[in-house]
Amino acid sequence: MPAVTETRETVEKLAKSSYEWGFETDIEMDIAPKGLNEETVRLISERKGEPQWMLDWRLKAFRAWLEMEEPTWAHIHHPPIDYQDAHYFAQPKKKSGPKSLDEVDPELLKTYAKLGIPLHEQALLAGVEGAEEARLPVAVDAVFDSVSVATTFRKTLAEAGVIFCPISEAIREHPELVRKYLGTVVPVSDNFFGALNSAVFTDGSFVYIPEGVRCPMELSTYFRINARNTGQFERTLIIAEDRATVSYLEGCTAPQRDENQLHAAVVELIAMEDASIKYSTVQNWYPGDDEGRGGIYNFVTKRGICRGARSKISWTQVETGSAITWKYPSCVLAGEGSVGEFYSVAVTNNHQQADTGTKMIHLAPNTRSTIIAKTISAGQSDSTYRGLVRMQPKARNARNFTQCDSLLIGDQCGAHTVPYIESRNMTARVEHEATTSKISEDQLFYCRSRGLSEEDAVGLIVNGFCREVLKELPMEFAVEAQKLLQISLEGSVG
Amino acid sequence: MSVQSSVASGAPALEVFVQRSAAHGGALAEIGLPTRRVEAWRYTPLRAIADTAWTQAAPLAAESVSALLNDLPLPESGARMVYGNGRLLEGLSAPLDVVQQASDHVSPLKGVFSATLNMALGEKGLDLHIPAGMDAGLLTLISLSSGDTVSTHLQHRIVLEEGASLTLYDVNAGEGRYIANPRFDIVVGKGATLRHIKLQRESLSGTHLAIVSADVSEKGEYDSFTLNQGGSLARHEAVVTLNAPHAMVHVNGVQIVDGQRLNDLTSMIHHAAPDGSSRQTVKTVLSDAGQGVFQGKILVDRVAQKTDGYQMNQALLLSEKAQINSKPELEIYADDVKCSHGATVGALDDEQLFYLRSRGVPEAQARDILVRAFLIDALDLVADEALRDLLVRSMAS
Repeated sequence: MPAVTETRETVEKLAKSSYEWGFETDIEMDIAPKGLNEETVRLISERKGEPQWMLDWRLKAFRAWLEMEEPTWAHIHHPPIDYQDAHYFAQPKKKSGPKSLDEVDPELLKTYAKLGIPLHEQALLAGVEGAEEARLPVAVDAVFDSVSVATTFRKTLAEAGVIFCPISEAIREHPELVRKYLGTVVPVSDNFFGALNSAVFTDGSFVYIPEGVRCPMELSTYFRINARNTGQFERTLIIAEDRATVSYLEGCTAPQRDENQLHAAVVELIAMEDASIKYSTVQNWYPGDDEGRGGIYNFVTKRGICRGARSKISWTQVETGSAITWKYPSCVLAGEGSVGEFYSVAVTNNHQQADTGTKMIHLAPNTRSTIIAKTISAGQSDSTYRGLVRMQPKARNARNFTQCDSLLIGDQCGAHTVPYIESRNMTARVEHEATTSKISEDQLFYCRSRGLSEEDAVGLIVNGFCREVLKELPMEFAVEAQKLLQISLEGSVG
Repeated sequence: MSVQSSVASGAPALEVFVQRSAAHGGALAEIGLPTRRVEAWRYTPLRAIADTAWTQAAPLAAESVSALLNDLPLPESGARMVYGNGRLLEGLSAPLDVVQQASDHVSPLKGVFSATLNMALGEKGLDLHIPAGMDAGLLTLISLSSGDTVSTHLQHRIVLEEGASLTLYDVNAGEGRYIANPRFDIVVGKGATLRHIKLQRESLSGTHLAIVSADVSEKGEYDSFTLNQGGSLARHEAVVTLNAPHAMVHVNGVQIVDGQRLNDLTSMIHHAAPDGSSRQTVKTVLSDAGQGVFQGKILVDRVAQKTDGYQMNQALLLSEKAQINSKPELEIYADDVKCSHGATVGALDDEQLFYLRSRGVPEAQARDILVRAFLIDALDLVADEALRDLLVRSMAS
């Protein structure tokens, strides 16, 4: 089977190509001592200038976390994590409001340059005053380690009434909104990593779209994990009021390093009546080296609630990075006729492990959900789809359609599918299908006989395999996602 | 999930089981009575049996035996083995004409509760050894239970040598509140075929916890079908291993659940050798406040290239209070495989009902036709027509 041999060879070649975006920026940091206790939580809260209620909320989460056990049900393996052996706070020492790019920390600019961000966009990211003039279709909130160093397009968004700012700022400036919604979708004691995040999160994004507003641009965050040994605990809260619409993009790259790094983000989405939230992720954190050393542990809690009737939440994710991914973006469909969607491509290679999927909890009548999950495993990696579809007694005429497809490349990897289907309503309809296979010889032969090279053929097939998901991505991300697939597999496979 | 944390501490049932067991009580005490936090039991709570001190069942009275037998759809001829409360009723039995030869084959089934419970309290059941090349025909195995707060734990061992074949009709019934906990350790030799057709119609307050372990050799075939129809709580669990190339396995079933009952079909199909194929179709019909559980896992080892696995499970909900929990699972480590599963859950199709009604079929009858149609492709997998008819008869009663 020459195709398989070639595929294997190319994957091996790929495994050796180093992490393209692995680099580290040397910026002056304000770092808390290692360790996690109530003092750490108080210190974070104090440094962020938070009100008492926020500190109390964090402490409640911390105490809940102490009582919890790290979950072990996922199909992943890693050495025990020492939660005391990490810094829980790291902040660049930032001078506020640079007047031009010349005043911006050159290291920061270099990082942006390596990320391939154009110059005018760099100015925006670095918060250079007046940079908004250079119009861009995307607003960017750059999370540089734990603190958002810059937020752009604030003015344009403000005119529409949209609030898009670091969550630490929102806690100070819009406490009534944050207090009303924070932790309502992912309660402080929801799960081990969620509780940890609630206790020690340092920053993240806050988005509020008022009633009837269609957000004038795509909102975007570039995540970076930068200083050594700092756990990254992002907190994102997005609220779309009645008839509001927003599309949010989250993209990640990370520097190369030796120690495993823990990343435990929490994202909460709230959609009111007729509101719509689209949340897209391209995740490409450092996956570890050929032997799987190093690499990010990505233990994320993402959940959205469709509170209002006819509201819609859509998750799209392309997961190619991280040593371990543990992530289940979910939708709670509480509003009558609300819609939940989950589109996912997960690619694992070398020793990467991914246990990812979604939960669709149908609470209300006429709710609908769609799950399309594509899994590609290569090298010695393991990839699991784990999903739950639950129809509660009131979910009259609810519908779910789930499709999970796995592609195995090489005989040292694993692909697993673990769907849970629970129905308590006779009128609800659930359909689930899953397949696992390798690239079909017939398809390869068909392409080859029409003059495509083996590599191009495999690339074409892999792209076709993921197409249903990739087409859900906003334009800005679709290009990046395709490139990432190439780097992860296709660059060498096809 | 850790097994230790699962012990329902101080459950009287567990204490009594451990006390009753001479040799294997330790293993049982160690794994304990599973709570819902144990993944394998998340949908099938054993609360209802936890507080009872289950005792060993007394011999079954002749009149209850005949009453129970009269109720069962049974073939008129063929070999027959009848057990009452864990004891062979020789007067009613007509053994197969094969030499009884003790088999020492016991699968480890580590951590599997039903298996461990059976090992702790095991009672001698079938010990069949079908010699090479022999077609042993049909054997009807009837396991009857009766009493209040009693438990039975029959252990059956069946070995089919190369090229042998056997059809086992495995009928389970009873009256009263009891636990029937049968275990089968099966070896299907090279090119041998075992057809295992099971009818589970335990008493409506009975508990049925069956465990089947089947190891299938090269070109061997284990073809099973289970009709889960009775019991207050009933689980049929099968752990089937394809341990040599070109083995073939079917783990099919139908579950008919009504009242407040819970029926559960759990299976693990383990492809441990290349070129194996497995097929599974499970259909569940739920009415009243019935609860259905399907947990089916297909595990494909790295060596098991060219595996062909297919699994379909469908549930039909006929009432507002019925509930289905389904977990079809694929765990695959070989790349050159073809594995798929599908699952659907839903109610009767209104349009189909309307079609029948508009042609003058009364509603009840129309529903009945549609339910039968839903079940037909699972039932058709029972190749033996006579046995299939018996199952259909059982469903109608």
